Amino acid sequence: MTSAVTQRRRQSKYLAFLIPVGAVVAALLIGAIMLVTLGANPLEGFQALLKGAFGSKDALIATALKATPLLFVGVGITIAFRANVINIGGEGQMVAGGLLATLTALTLPDLSAWIMLPAVLIAGLVGGAMWGAVPGALKAYFGVNEILSTIMLNVVAVQLMNYLLRGPLIDPGELERGTRIPQTARLQEGADLPLLFGDGRFHIGPLVAVLAAIAAYILLWRTPLGYRLRAVGLNPDASKYAGIPVKRTIVLALTFSGAMAGLAGAVLVFGSESHRMVTDGSTAGFTGSAGFNGIVAALFGGLHPIWTIPASFLFGGLLVGGNAMQRAVQVPSALILALNGLVVVFVVATDRYRKRMLARDVRVDAPEPLASASNSPPTGGPEPPGEKDAS
Amino acid sequence: MSDFFTTAILVATAASGVRLAVPLLFASLGETFGQRSGVLNLGVDGIMLLGAFGGYYAVLQTGSVWLGLLIGIVVGMLLGLVSALISVTLRAEQGISGIGIYLFGLGMSDLLFQKLVGTPLPITKFPKLNFPVLSDIPVIGELLFQHSVVVYLAFLAVPVSMYIINKTTFGMNIRAVGENPEAADSLGVSVNRIRYATVIIGGTLAGVAGAALAIDLGIFQQNLTNAQGFIAIALVYFGAWRPVGVMLGSLLYGFVNAIVLQLKTLAIIPPDLSDFAAMAPAIITILALVVVARRFKAPAALTKPYSRGE
Repeated sequence: MTSAVTQRRRQSKYLAFLIPVGAVVAALLIGAIMLVTLGANPLEGFQALLKGAFGSKDALIATALKATPLLFVGVGITIAFRANVINIGGEGQMVAGGLLATLTALTLPDLSAWIMLPAVLIAGLVGGAMWGAVPGALKAYFGVNEILSTIMLNVVAVQLMNYLLRGPLIDPGELERGTRIPQTARLQEGADLPLLFGDGRFHIGPLVAVLAAIAAYILLWRTPLGYRLRAVGLNPDASKYAGIPVKRTIVLALTFSGAMAGLAGAVLVFGSESHRMVTDGSTAGFTGSAGFNGIVAALFGGLHPIWTIPASFLFGGLLVGGNAMQRAVQVPSALILALNGLVVVFVVATDRYRKRMLARDVRVDAPEPLASASNSPPTGGPEPPGEKDAS
Repeated sequence: MSDFFTTAILVATAASGVRLAVPLLFASLGETFGQRSGVLNLGVDGIMLLGAFGGYYAVLQTGSVWLGLLIGIVVGMLLGLVSALISVTLRAEQGISGIGIYLFGLGMSDLLFQKLVGTPLPITKFPKLNFPVLSDIPVIGELLFQHSVVVYLAFLAVPVSMYIINKTTFGMNIRAVGENPEAADSLGVSVNRIRYATVIIGGTLAGVAGAALAIDLGIFQQNLTNAQGFIAIALVYFGAWRPVGVMLGSLLYGFVNAIVLQLKTLAIIPPDLSDFAAMAPAIITILALVVVARRFKAPAALTKPYSRGE
């Protein structure tokens, strides 16, 4: 390998990394145009946004807390996508995790935090995992498209949440007072996420999320199971031929993915300031749309669990800063959600070019076999996730 | 309990079920066109939301429901064009790019509503048609002949879609492009042009669905559709890519939602149980997905971007 080749390789890796950054810049430019159209000063708006997101200790804490569910969901997304499975069900899996964790806290007697805390976090993990395993099994064994089944399970989850929080799990106090706000009683203190830095808000949730990202990295690149997940994602037929249980691997991919989102749900409940689970009747009311925004973070992080950490922090910051922007220039923070949508569109619309750039480079190292592989019909290059499943 | 079963209430419930099916029917018929040509547009809900806001705002400003519907059409068409650009020309991964459109529509419609309207103001609703004689027939009159024009348009769109997909050259090209784009291309059918057309049809109908929903309810609010656009996508699978199947699915949702609403109003079951009942169509849909996956074949090229001989 000559140094020129190495250098070129580094250059185009650099370029490939620049594409998602360019997508965010492009989205922010469109955002600036929108701000001007709405009669606001974009510089003032973005300045308030940055300051509100990263400008002070309080802002950074709020950003880290907002980034936490995005990171959990995003990490789950990377696991699923690496196995070529699209998980649109983060919202429902978060709700399922939150519900099972809440149910656990309400069922168990008042135990010490050393037991309660792991118990509720594991319950959240299991709730989300179950909500992910169902579409996984439906895809692997019945050929049901996972995009649709995860969407439908989001619908089921929100109804289940409304039913449980208005009915069996409702705070008895709400019934006595007749106010009937759909929320649980204050959950037992042993399950409160421990606070750090004496700040009164910053709990261990962000740290758990970072640990989860590292665990996902180890799972995907340092274990035989991770190897199987990625192999199935790259080429299910070859994997099958190599003796990998493809169907079971697909179920596992969605199970892990759901488990991560379920943890996010548990952290939302036990890290909340009210220490209850509350519903306003919609999934977004509970999740803050993290089930979708986590996809944005994962895409921005190049579907890599470790890169998803800074990506989540960035998008958490945008969401937090959006409120500051709203106060400063009177443009609703919903703008940030719209811009997130544009980031997704830009990243996936340019993905083909990014892949081509990376592929071109590998070809310099090993012209013969890889050149033919990346010319394989009909789409060329490595298969994007989800492409093979149509039925 | 017997209240619910009096004929009057039963008929009123069924009639409102027909009405509630309309936005789902428009949106899922539109999505059927795209999917038959091989394009899965996951952004339907976002397009519906922007169509809903556009329609609502037009009616709020002018008082004309027809202008509202027209704005819904225009908004839907434009977003359909953008969706086609992303999934056909840029060949983006369809399972994700639609989520971008959804988030954009969710945020943008809320932004525009808060900035331009602020507090929810009610608007004029669609006028009900009154057919001489027919509307006065007991039961059938209320069930079938006391709706607004939009309801008839939605159900008329079912045979029209069937005709277009099954009997016209355009429809044959749609099916060819969805099953075997290489073969269609070699016979001189422009895969991209057909897919642009179907995705724009899908966007237009999603815009209409949104406007029809907002004008039917007479209000707009954040996330007005509450994931109806996603349900519409599932209904295309539920209906096995056939307009009649899609219609039956939409009616199932419409009826169940109407029953749940009616039970809530009559307060004959505890409110929390109605949430449980509202879960039924989603579970039925999941079961239907299993059946459809076994019995029917999806368009072979669905979600696969096409590029000639690359």
